Amino acid sequence: MASKTVLDELKRTQILELLEQGKRIDGRAFDEVRELVIEANAIPKANGSARVRLGDTEVICGVKIQPDRPFPDTGDRGLFICTAELLPLSHPTVETGPPQPHVIELARVVDRGIRESHMIDVSELVIKKDKSVIGVFADNVVIDYDGNLFDACSYAATVALLTSKTPTWNWVDEKPALVEGDPTALPVSTIPVSITMAKIGNHIVVDPNGDEWASMSARVTITTDSDGNICALQKGGSDGFTLDEMVQCGETSIRVGKQIREKLKAAQEGVQ
Amino acid sequence: MGGRDATMVLLDENGIRCDGRKIDEPRKIMIRAGGLKNADGSAYIEFGDNKILVGVFGPRDVHPKHMSNTDTGILRVRYHMEPFSVGERKNPAPSRREIEISKVIKEALEPAVMLEKFPRTAVDVFIEVLQADGGTRCAALSAASVALADAGIPMRDMVAAIASGKVADTIILDVNNEEDQAGQADMPVGYMPNLKKITLLQLDGVLTSEEYKKCVTVGVEGCKLVYEIQKQALNDKYFGKKGD
Repeated sequence: MASKTVLDELKRTQILELLEQGKRIDGRAFDEVRELVIEANAIPKANGSARVRLGDTEVICGVKIQPDRPFPDTGDRGLFICTAELLPLSHPTVETGPPQPHVIELARVVDRGIRESHMIDVSELVIKKDKSVIGVFADNVVIDYDGNLFDACSYAATVALLTSKTPTWNWVDEKPALVEGDPTALPVSTIPVSITMAKIGNHIVVDPNGDEWASMSARVTITTDSDGNICALQKGGSDGFTLDEMVQCGETSIRVGKQIREKLKAAQEGVQ
Repeated sequence: MGGRDATMVLLDENGIRCDGRKIDEPRKIMIRAGGLKNADGSAYIEFGDNKILVGVFGPRDVHPKHMSNTDTGILRVRYHMEPFSVGERKNPAPSRREIEISKVIKEALEPAVMLEKFPRTAVDVFIEVLQADGGTRCAALSAASVALADAGIPMRDMVAAIASGKVADTIILDVNNEEDQAGQADMPVGYMPNLKKITLLQLDGVLTSEEYKKCVTVGVEGCKLVYEIQKQALNDKYFGKKGD
């Protein structure tokens, strides 16, 4: 992803030339998301999971739910933590070792989108106030790369959470004790959808693929909730947007997000 | 960073905020260009209770060498908080938050700096947060722009930054620490007023489509206020009274 070749440069020129004619390199409309294939419950041993293909980008998210200690200042709320990792098999340039800044950003942006939408009502995830709470960990692993990891990870995590089943714990003898019985769905209040847009030349395209990702000068990821509110945003890349462009991107994220939300819901309903 | 009082009134019936400001009023901002002897350029900003020091080195040789680019210079930014800058001691090792903010600030500055004039070199921006009180990334970005200008690095424009947000269902300018902790939304905005380009934008918190539009607009207008203070800082050093 980081290395550039002469071929990349040629492709970039081609991508830009096509955009000038109103076309994208893979034939999509500017506001069209790639084919989204979601397999919910792909990892049955996890409490919830999803395998998501967004074009040729592929991500697996598994949710693990277990008792944990609360943060000192939020003893009345459970934990929600979302991570993302690029596996070395996902792209030749990915190396093992401590995460690069762009991977840290990926994980934090995906986490923030879901967190700020208040999708999971963490106030219901308390076993014993200030002592023990339920921790929900949504871990994304990228297994194949073709651009726009933000949205692929966000969709995978969201579907994994929607299909998650949590056990119940009681507070017995100063520690959490598992209650026998069927696990229940997580307390979900909204479905966040992130939409990433790339600026290439003076054009803005939704869901950039790998080639478009390598050609863009700036990007913005906007997460919306079920009510059509905007709940998180992250601009990235080495260029800027005008005020009008940012307003336009906000509107696009609400409109396109609505279509994606239906697909996420359908994936959830498919396993029930 | 810890809110101080969870029950405080964020906005009273007269439209006055918890620290006495009006809804569109920024905190007191003081920027000084220069100040460090060894750095090629530097700046110090006091933004409300935030105190941030920025030093710039370069263009200079790139180490490690493989990071250098034959087509253009590179910009490297480190945003770092001192252990004593916040309520509870912060581990001095860079956190994931600091790594993300470093990246976001770098990308906000890149459109402003004419790095293509200095291929194979690096410009290093070191940001040290001495005291934090909400809105450090915006204050740091504003100071970093001044420090880059102070280093004499050719720039297309300076990036000015300030956060807008939502407290008590009202869109406000310049979110302080209490408002960030207890408020409904926080939107840091970085903007180049001459080029009319937004180069930093983040949001957490729920906004309707209309509020989003208003929030970005309020942030951009706030950046124009900060921009004047940035220019004044450079003016004071280079065209003002002797000393410094």
